[in-house]
Amino acid sequence: MEPPLMHLALVGTPNSGKTSLFNALTGSRQKVANYPGVTVERKEGSFVTPTGQQVSLVDLPGTYSLRGRSPDEEITRDFVLGRVNGESLPDLVLCVADSTNLRLTIRLLLELKSAGRPLALVLNMFDIATRRGVSVNVPLLSEMLGVPVVTSIAIRKGGTADLLRLTDDLLAQQVGAGARESAWEPQSVAQLRALQRDADRIIAATISQPARPDTWTARIDAVVLHPVAGLLILALILFVMFQAVFAWAQPLMELLSSSFDALGQFIQETLPQGLLQSFLQNGVISGVGSVIVFLPQIIIIFLFILLLEDFGYMARAAFLMDRIMGGAGLHGRAFIPLLSSFACAIPGIMATRVIDNRRDRLTTILIAPLMTCSARIPVYTLIISAFIPAKMIWGWINLQGLVMFGLYAAGIASALCVSFLVKFFMLRDYAPAPFMLELPDYKMPRLRSILIGVYTRAKAFLQRAGTTIFAMMVLIWFLASFPQPPVGVTEPAIDYSLAAMIGKAIEPLLAPIGFNWQIAVALIPGMAAREVAVAALGTVYAIEGGKEAAEQIGQVLSTQWSLATALSLLAWYIFAPQCASTLAVIRRETGGWKWMAITFFYMLVLAYVASLIVYNIAVRLGAG
Amino acid sequence: MMTMNEEIDTRRHMPLGLARRGYRGVIQHLDTTDVGSALSGLELESRLLELGFVEGAKVEILHEGIVGRDPIAVRVDNVTIAVRRREAMAIIVSDLNGL
Repeated sequence: MEPPLMHLALVGTPNSGKTSLFNALTGSRQKVANYPGVTVERKEGSFVTPTGQQVSLVDLPGTYSLRGRSPDEEITRDFVLGRVNGESLPDLVLCVADSTNLRLTIRLLLELKSAGRPLALVLNMFDIATRRGVSVNVPLLSEMLGVPVVTSIAIRKGGTADLLRLTDDLLAQQVGAGARESAWEPQSVAQLRALQRDADRIIAATISQPARPDTWTARIDAVVLHPVAGLLILALILFVMFQAVFAWAQPLMELLSSSFDALGQFIQETLPQGLLQSFLQNGVISGVGSVIVFLPQIIIIFLFILLLEDFGYMARAAFLMDRIMGGAGLHGRAFIPLLSSFACAIPGIMATRVIDNRRDRLTTILIAPLMTCSARIPVYTLIISAFIPAKMIWGWINLQGLVMFGLYAAGIASALCVSFLVKFFMLRDYAPAPFMLELPDYKMPRLRSILIGVYTRAKAFLQRAGTTIFAMMVLIWFLASFPQPPVGVTEPAIDYSLAAMIGKAIEPLLAPIGFNWQIAVALIPGMAAREVAVAALGTVYAIEGGKEAAEQIGQVLSTQWSLATALSLLAWYIFAPQCASTLAVIRRETGGWKWMAITFFYMLVLAYVASLIVYNIAVRLGAG
Repeated sequence: MMTMNEEIDTRRHMPLGLARRGYRGVIQHLDTTDVGSALSGLELESRLLELGFVEGAKVEILHEGIVGRDPIAVRVDNVTIAVRRREAMAIIVSDLNGL
């Protein structure tokens, strides 16, 4: 008979090397999901011990105590106490410690003991500790703590052999042995003090620390955290990251999108004209294509983020940006996700996982779509080049460039305002997290661990967001294709579709902001991706040639629209929730429809109000 | 142990939040009254304790932020912690320089 599956849980402070240990034990056999009803990521993997025992391993969110100050930490606490619905009580809890820095983990371990679960301490990164002259009396430590202690080197092949052997022993011992009842209760400050004193006493008795701290970390920090040099280095890193996202991802994205176009073309040529052909070409293939085309950007951004995180730089970037971001009520760690959103909000929103605090993370997710993403650029350039004269102001400022800059600035300014409002009015249920952060010693990033991380992210994106995005693409295709035009008509087919009906129906609503029904119709396929609106406008105005005919579309538009309408559409595009994929990712990342709906409606309201103001002012000034 | 405490107690006490880069001291006690943090006094005290700011721990200010020299990076025994000066006002330290 096969022995029953055993459940293990990894607990540790942030930066304890928990994730690299998790990656070392489980490899790519990982699943990332959310705990039901909360925005907390659930990471589970599996492995087999030397004796053939099947083990499921859950990597719990990092925490310094079991107090549960955030939803992440609540999960960790509830998991070890067996209070999470649908989760079995762990058969063994592995408390992971960075061997160079045991002080905070030993205190956590002393608290964990009261939870009553079988427990072991894993001294991870033991090689680095030894190299730095830290020596640990492992048997004495184990005796004083009253729990088994094992050393491990997660990043080295075979570095977890002792841990696997211990796991086998411990699991074998306790089959049939009932676990103790939990005696855990929230710690008072006096208890916290007492536990830390105990921890310090145990450390003094069992561990000898070198007098000097890690010299490499001190040397790197002297430059990286220097008020001037530090900012320059941060700017340089961001510059390279941006270049990578735009320049490296671009050829791949173009390759992907042209192969999907070619596939669509192939369908068009091989299948007889009709519904099936249109569904496969415009619904399925362009739908799948519009999901996969984001993959290069996501992979590149996560590669950078995981590298910087593993190296230990992310905490430094947060340190440098804290006061600058803090003015708007944002966490220092929100900086990189928001910056990524200038390329595309999707990887930006996925990158908010570096923010531990739920409140800070949700705020960042809400404002990320306000950053001017690259998909807005085709729309902006089309309208700007058609309506804004390319003249110089004061001899050296290009008016078109100035408008473009204004659009970017408006996005940033509104994001800061929204973040400020959200902080004060919406997310009040959790205590704000003041900036308190460990700056871990620098470590050489491990390629394997990073690749596993990137792979899991990419997989999660394709699986979860992919299904939603795909469903929305099919819906949009349906709206733009049904009902079919009568035979023999000359008007574009979209004129007879549900999209046109919706467009005409909502035209009265959009009239105050200067939109005609053609714009309303183009906005619907524009939900697929913002730049699709350009091609859609071409279709509605019966211009052949799609995106390539942008210049021609511009000429037609400049004769059909007033300047006020054009400006109003620009204002609309700063704010409008015009991207189904972004909404799908928000749903996936926040674990529910609620935050997606909130994002959609607040952006819609902002867009409408902004367009209304812009249109009316423009009409007053004689641009109607 | 007693004599050491007495010796330290004769030195000047100040909040860590007022100290400059390069400052080295020993934590005397935590006092979260009138700190003006967004957190309640008890919560702030718990968080500081969890990060190792315990009486008797040695601290050194390693780095200061750009705007208003805030936040600060503090070496607490063997760990480096970044905190804002406002929260660091709750950490009362005595001077270690020149010891």
